[in-house]
Amino acid sequence: MKITGAEIFVESLKKEGVEVLFGYPGGVIIPIFDTLYDEQKIRFVLARHEQAAAHAADGYARATGKAGVCIATSGPGATNLVTGIATAYMDSVPVVAFTGQVKTTMIGSDAFQEADITGITRPITKHNYLVKDVKDLARTIKEAFHIATTGRPGPVLVDIPVDVTMGSAEFAYPKQINLRGYKPNTDGHPLQIKKVAEAIRQARRPVIYAGGGIILSNASEELRTLAEKTSIPVTTTLLCLGGFPSDHPLSLGMPGMHGTQAANLALTECDLIVAVGARFDDRVTGKLDAFAPHARIAHLDIDPAAISKNVKVDIPVVGDARRTMEQLIAVVEPRKRNGWNDRVDAWKQEYPPTYVPSDAVIKPQYVVEQIYEATKNRETVISTEVGQNQMWAAQYYKFSRPRTLLSSGGLGTMGYGFPAAIGAQLGRPDAVVFDIAGDGSIQMNIQELATAVQERLSVNIAILNNGYLGMVRQWQDLFWNKRYSATDIEVAPDFVKLAEAYGAKGIRVTDPGKVREAIEEAIATDGPVILDFVVDREENVFPMVPAGKPISEMIGGLA
Amino acid sequence: MKKHTISALVENHFGVLASVAGLFSSRGFNIKSLSVGETEDPSISRMTIVAKGDDRILEQVMKQLNRLVDVIKVIDMTVQDYVDRELLLIKVSTSKAARSEIMEIVHVFRSRIVDISPSTMTVEVTGTEAKINAIIGMLRPFGIKEIARTGKVALLREVKG
Ligand SMILES: Cc1ncc(C[n+]2csc(CCOP(=O)(O)OP(=O)(O)O)c2C)c(N)n1
Ligand SMILES: [Mg+2]
Repeated sequence: MKITGAEIFVESLKKEGVEVLFGYPGGVIIPIFDTLYDEQKIRFVLARHEQAAAHAADGYARATGKAGVCIATSGPGATNLVTGIATAYMDSVPVVAFTGQVKTTMIGSDAFQEADITGITRPITKHNYLVKDVKDLARTIKEAFHIATTGRPGPVLVDIPVDVTMGSAEFAYPKQINLRGYKPNTDGHPLQIKKVAEAIRQARRPVIYAGGGIILSNASEELRTLAEKTSIPVTTTLLCLGGFPSDHPLSLGMPGMHGTQAANLALTECDLIVAVGARFDDRVTGKLDAFAPHARIAHLDIDPAAISKNVKVDIPVVGDARRTMEQLIAVVEPRKRNGWNDRVDAWKQEYPPTYVPSDAVIKPQYVVEQIYEATKNRETVISTEVGQNQMWAAQYYKFSRPRTLLSSGGLGTMGYGFPAAIGAQLGRPDAVVFDIAGDGSIQMNIQELATAVQERLSVNIAILNNGYLGMVRQWQDLFWNKRYSATDIEVAPDFVKLAEAYGAKGIRVTDPGKVREAIEEAIATDGPVILDFVVDREENVFPMVPAGKPISEMIGGLA
Repeated sequence: MKKHTISALVENHFGVLASVAGLFSSRGFNIKSLSVGETEDPSISRMTIVAKGDDRILEQVMKQLNRLVDVIKVIDMTVQDYVDRELLLIKVSTSKAARSEIMEIVHVFRSRIVDISPSTMTVEVTGTEAKINAIIGMLRPFGIKEIARTGKVALLREVKG
C-alpha cells in the first residue's frame, strides 16, 4: 500500500525511536505538520524560533545520548536553524534537522521562501541530503540517523521538497545501510594500543587529557578505570566536565584559558599526554609553540582528521574512546603514584579556584556554588549560556556525572543554554534543570519562555545579571584600557515582569543572604522560573590565560 | 610547497563536487586543476585534483576528504608511481606560409589537427604536463588565440611482476 511522503516521514521517525520533535511550521512543511496532528507517539514541541528548536534538539541529544530531531520550513525557517546546526557541529552532537523545500521543479528559480539550505549547511553538517524522489525518503532518513549517531557524531540535515512530502510510495523501512564511503573505525589498532601502554610505562610525568568524546561514547567508567589503574592525573575539558568526577583525587579540573592552574601546569610540565576524544582546541592549548614542550603525545580519537591537526601526535590511535580505552586498560601495566603525583597535588592545594566573598553584594561564583549545594544530591542537568556565566558554571559547579553539563564549547553560542535546557528537560523529565545564564545571552532566546510555559516544563533560569556583556567587558577591562565599547546592557527588561508576562514565575535576588532560598523556591516550583540574581557588576573570571599566551602564564586568582 | 596529485573515488551524485571543492577552498588550498568523470562503475566518479600546498595542510585535506560520506577512497598519487595525461585543445593563428611549419610541430608531438580555417588551426594534444607545456611553447610564436586544457587525469601503475 502506498502512503504519502509526509506519512513516510512520520513512520520513519517512529522506526528510529524518536519521541520528541522540536520545530516550527511554514508553508511547504504543512503536509508533515498535518500528519503530525494525529500522531500520538511523537511529542511535537513548538519552539518560538527555529534556532531554539535546533538548540533544544541539541540539548535533548546531549542530555540523553539519543539523536535530537528538529524541523523547520524552507527559506527563513531553514536559515534560522543554521546557528543551531553549527553549534551542534562544533561539539559533535547527533542532531537530525529536517527542512521543507520548494517543489523540485521550482528549485533554483528563486521561488518564494527558497534557500539553498544544503549548500548553506555543507560546511557545518556531517552530511546533508536533498531528497528528490519520495521513493528515496525512508532510506535517506535511515542513513541520516545512522550518520548522525555513529563515528564522530554530528548534525545531518535532510531537505524535503513539498512535492516529495505530498507524493506517495510504498513504505518499507530499510533494515540495512549501505554506505561504502562511511565506515567509522571503532577498535583501535592493537599495535598502537601497545605503544600507548608502553609510553605510559616509560613516562614519569603523565597526564590524561579527556575531551567531549568521553561523554559522546559513554566512556566515563573506562576513563576512571584507566586513571585509577595507572594513577595518572586527569584534566577534563569543558565538554568533558562530568565525564570524570571533579572531586576525584586524580582530577585536575579544566585546562586552558579559564582552567585550573594545576591542569595547565601539569600539561606544561608533563612528559606524556594521553589525549582521549579531545581536539587540542586553541582555548585549551594557548600558544601552540609553548604547549606541552616536554611531552610525547598519544591521541585516541574516532576521527582521523582530529589527529595531528593542531599539535603533532606521536602515537595516533583511531577508534572509539570507550573501545580504545577498554583495549588500553587490558594491556597497560598498573602504575604507582610517584613524585609527579605529589607535585600535581601540591598545585591543586596551592591554587584552588577562589574569589573574594561578600555580604554586601552577590558574587556570581557564590550563586553557582549555591546551585550546586542545592542540587548535588538530586539528578540535575546544568546548561549554560556563553560568557562569564559559562566559565563560572564550569569552575564552581562540581560536576560528577556525565551528561550533566550542556554548554556550547566550540562555537560559543550565546542563546544556547535556555533552549538546550528545554530539550534536556523533555529528555530527562525527572531531572532538575538549571540554565546558568548571562543577562545578555538570555535575551537571545528569551521567547522560549512561551515554549516552556506551554509544555509545562520546570526549567529554571539563573541569570547572573551584571548589566554587561561581561566576558567582552572583561577583555576590555584587562586588555583595552577599560574602554567599555558596546558592552553596557543595563538598559534591559525587568526580568521578573518579563517572566510574569509569559506566565512564568520571576524572582529577583539582590541580597546574598537570600540566594539559597530563592534557588530552593525555584526548584520547588512547577513550571519555568527566572531567578534574576543582581550580581557584582565588574567581577572577572580568574584565573585567565591571555589569548595567545602559553597556558603556564595565568593571571589573577592566585592564592 | 609541493604539487600533489590526488585521486578520489566518489559517489556519482550531485553536490559531491561542491563538497570536495569547498573543502579545498575553506582551507585556503588552491586547486590547480580538477577533472571529474565516470569510472568503470557508473555509480562512481573519479576526481583527479592537482593542488599545491604545504604537506601538513595537504594531509589534513586528505583526511577531511576521507571524512566526507560521499568519498569512497582517496589516494595521494604523488607518493607512488603513476601515469598521468592531460588533453589540450589549442587554436593557433596561421598564415598560409606558416601552415606547414605548424604541421611539422604537430607531427613531432604526435598530436592532431582537428579543425582548420583560413586563418586558424586547432590542434589536439594529449600527454604529460611537460609535453603540453612544450608544444604550447612551440606554437606561441604563431599567435595563440585560445587554449582549453582538461587538467590531469591519473592512474596508479601496476606493480610489475
Ligand atoms: C551569538 C553570539 N554573539 C556574540 C558573542 C560574543 N560574546 C561572547 S561572551 C559575550 C557576552 C555575554 O554576555 P552575558 O550573556 O551577559 O554573559 P556574561 O559574560 O555577562 O556572564 C559576547 C557578546 C557570542 N559568543 N555569541
Ligand atoms: Mg552579563
